[in-house]
Amino acid sequence: MTFEYAPAPESRSVVDLRPSYGLFVDGEFVDPAGGGSFTSVNPASEEVLAEVAEAGAQDVDRAVRAARTAYEKVWGPMPGRDRAKYLFRIARIIQERSRELAVLESLDNGKPIRESRDVDLPLVAAHFFYYAGWADKLPYAGFGPDPKPLGVAAQVIPWNFPLLMLAWKIAPALATGNTVVLKPAETTPLTALLFAEICQQAELPAGVVNIVTGAGDTGRALVEHPGVDKVAFTGSTEVGRAIARSVAGTRKKVTLELGGKAANIVYDDAPIDQAVEGIVNGIFFNQGHVCCAGSRLLVQENVADEVLESLKRRMARLRVGDPLDKNTDVGAINSAAQLARIRELADAGSAEGAQRWSPPCELPERGFWFAPTIFTGVTQAHRIAREEIFGPVLSVLTFRTPAEAVEKANNTPYGLSAGIWTDKGSRILWTADRLRAGVVWANTFNKFDPTSPFGGYKESGYGREGGRHGLEGYLDV
Amino acid sequence: MSERVAVRKTYKLFIGGKFPRSESGRSYLVQSTNVSLASRKDARDAVVAARAAVKGWAGATAYNRGQILYRVAEMLEGRREQFVALGVPGDEVDAAVDRWVWYAGWADKLPQVYGGANPVAGPYFNLSAPEPTGVVAVVAPEAPALLGLVGVIAPAIVTGNTVVVAASPTQPLAAVTLAEVLATSDLPGGVVNILTGRIAETAPTLAAHLDVNALDLTGVADAELAAELEVRAAENLKRVLRPAPADHDWTADPGLTRMTRLLETKTVWHPKGV
Repeated sequence: MTFEYAPAPESRSVVDLRPSYGLFVDGEFVDPAGGGSFTSVNPASEEVLAEVAEAGAQDVDRAVRAARTAYEKVWGPMPGRDRAKYLFRIARIIQERSRELAVLESLDNGKPIRESRDVDLPLVAAHFFYYAGWADKLPYAGFGPDPKPLGVAAQVIPWNFPLLMLAWKIAPALATGNTVVLKPAETTPLTALLFAEICQQAELPAGVVNIVTGAGDTGRALVEHPGVDKVAFTGSTEVGRAIARSVAGTRKKVTLELGGKAANIVYDDAPIDQAVEGIVNGIFFNQGHVCCAGSRLLVQENVADEVLESLKRRMARLRVGDPLDKNTDVGAINSAAQLARIRELADAGSAEGAQRWSPPCELPERGFWFAPTIFTGVTQAHRIAREEIFGPVLSVLTFRTPAEAVEKANNTPYGLSAGIWTDKGSRILWTADRLRAGVVWANTFNKFDPTSPFGGYKESGYGREGGRHGLEGYLDV
Repeated sequence: MSERVAVRKTYKLFIGGKFPRSESGRSYLVQSTNVSLASRKDARDAVVAARAAVKGWAGATAYNRGQILYRVAEMLEGRREQFVALGVPGDEVDAAVDRWVWYAGWADKLPQVYGGANPVAGPYFNLSAPEPTGVVAVVAPEAPALLGLVGVIAPAIVTGNTVVVAASPTQPLAAVTLAEVLATSDLPGGVVNILTGRIAETAPTLAAHLDVNALDLTGVADAELAAELEVRAAENLKRVLRPAPADHDWTADPGLTRMTRLLETKTVWHPKGV
């Protein structure tokens, strides 16, 4: 039985986009020295949303200087109590303008409004609210009686959760007394620029937050700038490696949150319906553009058929389409480049002998789309079992014993997250103990909270974001 | 009657709980004593031994690890005169004993201090706990010969890591003698492995090794070499501890960072419900 839904689009009139945006430096929007620009498009329609300035080395230098001055003159000396109040203000403004931010996020990123409205935005506001409270309590955080900030933080964030990643970077940095220069991803710069307006509305002192837009060259100029004391990066392991090399021999403190290839382990005693919901949430949430996505399903052999049948039935109910439609489950792929990457890896999956399946699914003609896909018959040597696809593609492997599940789960250079589905408590704890991953979701998946540390083992990076642990990366300890 | 001819000690490497000579068959002279000159192959062998020891050591109870570190302190106390004979000041040996005792106590306390429950906004149990990162390669400080060495080994292993230590090239005798202490302290073989020889020869192999999880550059005095090692470490994103300043005070309270920088935080979620 198929239910027909009438379209239920969220209005985009709440968003008032300017035709073009400058860089946000020292409290003002300024033109880039080189005059370069690029456009940000809606990936669901390929419509140009706005023209955005491209920051060159000179602009980055200007932003770092502004951040340095603000650190030395204003933000560093400011009592934690007052820094807290600015962060609380920002949290409140985000709550007040949450619909506008959610719609803009879905427009620029392609994610379903249901997710930007119910997941991204509440978490963004909560993150600022959480770290605001730390600003005047740092002596109690367990890093000594008087932990000091580092100075100027260079922060480079990805396109999958644009505003949430901004919050994860800026909130702890500011709470601990650092100032920041942040570069959003080139395909999703718009909510960061709206955040710049929020900083103005909050009357945050000039130079405390600077936002420079651009692509890889801008990011490199920022990370390698000799005037920064801290580098925080979320993105691919490949770029993370390059950053780790570039900061070698410097005093810069680094935190890296990189790729993943999470195993989602389903034992034979798991409640199948709940597990299937968890599998779907694990890999199709945010189009699978999630570093901690449960992209490898490890299912116990004796229930594999039952789980797969149920999973396919569930996938056939996923609604793929207009991100602004409130019924949409899976939105648009963020960019043409990412779509090409997903296609290449999916083709490699077929070429290497895995069996591909997608539900019948009509995709819009314009924009970047990829139907939810699973591969069965995957071996550990297949590229789709080893490489991060960063799209709605699930690789299914099987196991017979718990020891084999753990062995396969850990057989990856990554170590960001993992999932466990079983009704047996002792088996959850036994498995969780053995998984080399920074976040383990048991009988749930893709849950996030500002109080909960997030970050990886091995080549998924180092340092933690969130919680008390998240302060450490921004303190001189 | 002629004077008794002394029985000299052979100073060898410490790998996997055994004392092998360098596979290269080389040695170098320190304080009129031949000391094994470790090769790159010895460094790789030591990593294999350290990796093999991770499961047992990381899986041991914190209470057990604490007792073994305390046992090291007991054994070191008893060998005080040996270190003094090598030129280590008596008060440095005392400080080194005390340092083992201090770290021994952290084994079952750090997880409480550094982890805990997180008050997430929802019906979930959520707990963060530290775990060892795995195999740690360490370049030991040039001086103080014993306290500096203990100051880098103890914080790495107390939490369950295993180490491969490139000992100070000028102070290998104290390092090998410490290995003899460790070998008689119920410490499982492979938890601590000690290479004597040239830093420039063994450290690049350790820094680039893909089965090493972290690199402690504390004892690298040459800034250029330190940067090169850090670049090598980036290949598999090793956790890196940068060189200590030349005037670092090894007698001061070490704080937690030497331990916490070699830990991973694992956070486990589970729904609450009936």
